[in-house]
Amino acid sequence: MSQYVLDALRSRFGTSILETHSDFGDDTAVVEPSQWKAIAQFLREEPTLDFDLPVDLCGVDYPNRIPRTEVVMHLYSISKRHRIRVKARVGDEDMDGAELDSVTSIWAGMNWLEREVWDMSGVRFRGHPDLRRILMYPEFEGHPLQKTYPADRTQPLVAYRTEDEAGVPLNKLEPFGPDEGMPFGRAGSPRFEDI
Amino acid sequence: MGDLSRSITVSGSEQGFATTKVDALLGWARKYSLFAYPFVTACCGMEFMAVTSPRFDLARFGAEAPRFSPRQADLLWVVGTISQRQGPALRRIYEQMMSPKYVMAFGTCASSGGFYDNYTTVPGIDKIIPTDVYIPGCPPRPEAVLDGLMLLQDKIARNEKRPGVVKPRFDPVRDVDDLVRLRRSAVDPRELVPILEAREKAASEASATVPPVRGGTR
Repeated sequence: MSQYVLDALRSRFGTSILETHSDFGDDTAVVEPSQWKAIAQFLREEPTLDFDLPVDLCGVDYPNRIPRTEVVMHLYSISKRHRIRVKARVGDEDMDGAELDSVTSIWAGMNWLEREVWDMSGVRFRGHPDLRRILMYPEFEGHPLQKTYPADRTQPLVAYRTEDEAGVPLNKLEPFGPDEGMPFGRAGSPRFEDI
Repeated sequence: MGDLSRSITVSGSEQGFATTKVDALLGWARKYSLFAYPFVTACCGMEFMAVTSPRFDLARFGAEAPRFSPRQADLLWVVGTISQRQGPALRRIYEQMMSPKYVMAFGTCASSGGFYDNYTTVPGIDKIIPTDVYIPGCPPRPEAVLDGLMLLQDKIARNEKRPGVVKPRFDPVRDVDDLVRLRRSAVDPRELVPILEAREKAASEASATVPPVRGGTR
């Protein structure tokens, strides 16, 4: 689809482009985290590329890999009508060193997306003007989309009423049992090892 | 409003206690003048709109007046999923309402958290505030909501404090045999490949003998 974008990246950044692939027509470049901002700048400012629309930014946790978290950026060019996916892998098993340079100075729209990645996956963005949680509340501890976050851990802001206080049972109503939910992907479940 | 003597339940014998009578009278008056505060957070809101609009017409039950200040309301409709972040707001809304006050959990999410079993969802509003009536359903049919409202009115009239649950007329979980079962397709897609290839080959052989008409006028 837009193989020439990958070619342009490779010729400009060489070994900083760790790998590329074009599965299912989606051109993807996995890049060196230290070059994250320079590559973003190049994609935005090179006239033949002109990626002017930041589509999405998200974090993906692969608990059995080092580096552990992939930050995925989707970009689109309205004028050139091509898109690209850029990934960077950061963080060791304890998420130490999970940091990237912020690209908010290149696309202002990345501001909230970077806050979301920080909130959900725990990747810090250096130079972000206001790196606060965006979905969860400030009192929340941890980052819920990391696979090591216990699936059944909640952090209520209001203390739950006890059954003594309520005078009635407070477990989930029929037909929902107390273990209702989606167990796959939880640490300890069989599927977890496959990820 | 109906026949007073039939609507009021006078408990005890014919002598009756005055306090009981006043309670019953107050209950009878309250049950037809519910001022609702809709706390609508999610998709159940669409069904709530259906219930309040003319087709199902909540006004028939004396509960049509919405009040957008909790201080003027005595019935709190919690319609939709409540996230942990909304918990303090819901608690505060409830505390601002004046007694006597009633709470309806509208839909499965408000009743139990539904299928959201995760870091961000309150598993039922009864974890935070006392709840009078639970209406299961995802979302519940307007008829179920009316059932719930009548159940609440019944509770108010009888001065009953225990929570009530609207029973679905037809509960699909009870009759699993009637449900469509999800299963693997009878043919593994990989087994289809040789069949399709053979079909393609036969088609190409057929087209070799009879050349297809191409490039016709369009």
